[in-house]
Amino acid sequence: MRQFVNVTLNGLTQGMIFAAFALALVLIWRSTRIVNFAQGAMAAATSFIALALIHSGQSYWVALVVALASGLVLGAVVERVVIRPVEGGPELNAVIVTLGLFVAIEALIAIIAGSSFQSFPAPFGLQGFSVGDGRIALTPNGLFIIGSVLVTMLLLVGLFRFTRLGLAMRASAFGQEVARLLGVRVGRMLTLGWALAAVVGSLAGLLIAGGGLVHPAYMDSIIVYGFVAAVLGGLDSPIGSVVGGLILGLLLSYVSGYVPRGSGLVNLAALVILVVVLLVRPGGLFSSTTSRRA
Amino acid sequence: MAEPHGSTALSASERTAVLEVRDLTSSYGPVRALDGVTLRAETGRITAVLGANGAGKTTLLRTISGLVRCERGQVLLDGEDITRAPVESMVTKGMAHVPEGRGVIAELTVEENLRVGALFRGKVGREEFDRVYDLFPRLTERRGQPAHVLSGGERQMLVIGRALLARPRILLLDEPSLGLAPRIVAQIFGLVRRLVDAEGLSVLLVEQNARSALTVADTGIVLNLGRVVAAEDARTLLADEGLRHAYLGF
Amino acid sequence: MTDPRTAPAGTDVDAAPVLATAAANAPSAQAGAGRRSFLPRSTLLRHLILLVVGAVLAVALLELTDPFTNSQLAQVAYYAIAAGGLTVLTGLNGQISLGHGALMAVGAYTTALFLQADEPWPLPLIFLVSIAVTAVVGAIVGVAAARLHGPYLAGATLALAVGLPGLALYFRDTLGGEQGLRVRAPRPPDWFREAISTLSGGSGSTTKWLAYVGAFWLLIAFFLLANLARSRIGRTWRAVRDQEVAAELAGISLAPWRVLAFVVSAACAGLGGAVLAVVVRLAAPSAFTLVLSLALLTAIVIGGLGSLFGALIGSAILVFLPPWVTDLGTSAGLNGTKAAQLAPFVYGAVLVLAMIFAPAGIVGTLRLRLLGLRARRAARAGGG
Repeated sequence: MRQFVNVTLNGLTQGMIFAAFALALVLIWRSTRIVNFAQGAMAAATSFIALALIHSGQSYWVALVVALASGLVLGAVVERVVIRPVEGGPELNAVIVTLGLFVAIEALIAIIAGSSFQSFPAPFGLQGFSVGDGRIALTPNGLFIIGSVLVTMLLLVGLFRFTRLGLAMRASAFGQEVARLLGVRVGRMLTLGWALAAVVGSLAGLLIAGGGLVHPAYMDSIIVYGFVAAVLGGLDSPIGSVVGGLILGLLLSYVSGYVPRGSGLVNLAALVILVVVLLVRPGGLFSSTTSRRA
Repeated sequence: MAEPHGSTALSASERTAVLEVRDLTSSYGPVRALDGVTLRAETGRITAVLGANGAGKTTLLRTISGLVRCERGQVLLDGEDITRAPVESMVTKGMAHVPEGRGVIAELTVEENLRVGALFRGKVGREEFDRVYDLFPRLTERRGQPAHVLSGGERQMLVIGRALLARPRILLLDEPSLGLAPRIVAQIFGLVRRLVDAEGLSVLLVEQNARSALTVADTGIVLNLGRVVAAEDARTLLADEGLRHAYLGF
Repeated sequence: MTDPRTAPAGTDVDAAPVLATAAANAPSAQAGAGRRSFLPRSTLLRHLILLVVGAVLAVALLELTDPFTNSQLAQVAYYAIAAGGLTVLTGLNGQISLGHGALMAVGAYTTALFLQADEPWPLPLIFLVSIAVTAVVGAIVGVAAARLHGPYLAGATLALAVGLPGLALYFRDTLGGEQGLRVRAPRPPDWFREAISTLSGGSGSTTKWLAYVGAFWLLIAFFLLANLARSRIGRTWRAVRDQEVAAELAGISLAPWRVLAFVVSAACAGLGGAVLAVVVRLAAPSAFTLVLSLALLTAIVIGGLGSLFGALIGSAILVFLPPWVTDLGTSAGLNGTKAAQLAPFVYGAVLVLAMIFAPAGIVGTLRLRLLGLRARRAARAGGG
């Protein structure tokens, strides 16, 4: 029983991080119909910026804010400079561009900060809460993770549903040409979409890094998990990405916890889940509008 | 055609043109879609642009509103040269374009679609929205529903209402009758006519359904292969059997 | 209204070409159209001649260069085999795959396993088995992938690339885990040694033998791919890529063709992996990471999607650029490991810049220029 609780809690905490990353992917997908395969590398870059600040004596929280801010800038710059030229064209071009960015950014991090593993501090305790006569797999840091993702999600929902800016962004995402005819500065909305997504991605990167080790490629598997979570929930649905992230986190945790030597199979399990979703319900759990052929 | 001396009515040449297009030329790759098109849309009138499929009607509207870049020519809105003005600035200048296919944003609700139309204006009073709902009662029931549940006729009403919220001087309508039953078409055309007569709105109406369009329009311009082949009073066009058979299909 | 940028180039040869798309390099773009050519009209004959010319060039190249360059050329060979298959898949059939590194692993491990036997089968047979096994895996993946497009397909194959090598770790005992399987490279046969000493007086070392093996299979693979690309199958692939709706209306069921393209490209990846296994003499998970898949993608994009020659150029760049770039880095003061990262940085940057400025790649951009020149010349001659 205890093991079940622990595995579940572990899955939920991990799942929240997948949810954050998936959210970043969904934001960009909805606005520009591009999957940003470079999202992980961009997040890693901002984490390393935070790490540099921490090493030079700044507090975690200052580093966090700077990392998020640099994510905002990075997202905006990437969209405006690199993505804009390929936005309306064939899908293949955009995929290749984001892959190229992924490779280039990761290599750049390695050139500047080295490839060795470095430890990253966590803002809160990493000891599980004591319940009864033992400890459960929920730590104060874990609560921080869950809380910050939930808050971010609520803020985004609020932005999209209740503000004029959010409406303009949604109009730009769903009806680009029509929105332009109606006077919406679509270009700016797209840049903003990428900037916001990058902030969420940076948050995910920081949450993963806390209490663990970072190296230039540390976000590589998260790209896969985040993508699977986003597809599971539905690439068009922010709520779906959170639900998808949680479900994926739980499933992978169960595989890791209950299947013998399962921790090595986690990546493969993610692949299997992805294939099943794409074949059975390609629009994801929360597909509202008729999705194009997956 | 000079009016009798002393009449206060303006002659055709004296009536102002809210929109003027001069020698407009644009291409899609090697295909020339518009070839030196010159026309005027008079203030407070419905100017219909007619012609067969591929004649360049939709390209004309898209070039006027800036979605397509023209190679040559000028577009003047109340005398102001807007040829190279960005698409997003058109509504602020008073030109609302309802595109081919209607342009309903399917994922947003009816109310949200309307709100997008008024976004560029900043704060817009509730009464303006109510006015649109009064004009189109069918939309009131569907206010909170996603726009993709709307029928063709309801969609057309939605996008016209949305365009009206921009308080335009001129409305560009691209094939509003497409896919709609004749009864609905008559309703919509009738509504457009009333708006023009009551509020002095100007309309540039692109239509494949030339017969219906000419019954409601004041002027008719016929395009063929990207060129203007006729620009007449609507009644004159209706009467000209040769022209009708050659270019308009009836 | 069709966006000119998405219109498939190569379909209208005589008109001035519009903007390039990444998938614009249909090899048939230059077929016929009344151009004068030194090569015969028949496709098969033309390819046979190119095959012979290629073989001669390969021998000359291998004999004139030192052993280290020989091993580098062997690397080019196995990358090019896999890249050739990938460029057909992505360029002709429009399916993007980030998982071909993993497919190479399948070929490599199969070869490694078969070479573990005390009396191993002859090398060509082992290679054919590796091809077959990888083709089967490719069929399975292809069936799953047939209904996916664009980013979904990329993401799914990405998951494959990241997930499949994990199997080697899970089945630690048979597949050698993290260390991988050592491969006993076959020794060069006597006839080879005699042939080399007659030809150039050199010794037929194992390194050279493996380079020849690589070159041989490269020529065979490219010959078959080239013929396939120009055949009815190739044309159907292109139809499926460009005009999906039209193809379906014409009665072409899309999925089997997409699966076939995947199987063919997987077979090539398997062959490439098999050659890799004997050249590198090791089959380990660390050789088949995501980076390999992305490197293959870089090679075919730089070369030009759909072009076999481009795949070859891209593979050569893939092998010869990193040492050069790393040297630049160390001489500029970077330490060894950091300098080694310059090469992937250059790949990534090139991918981005290529997509923005020259999506048709080296071969494609040259071809478009050539077409444009020819079209202008024809217009001037015809018009006045």
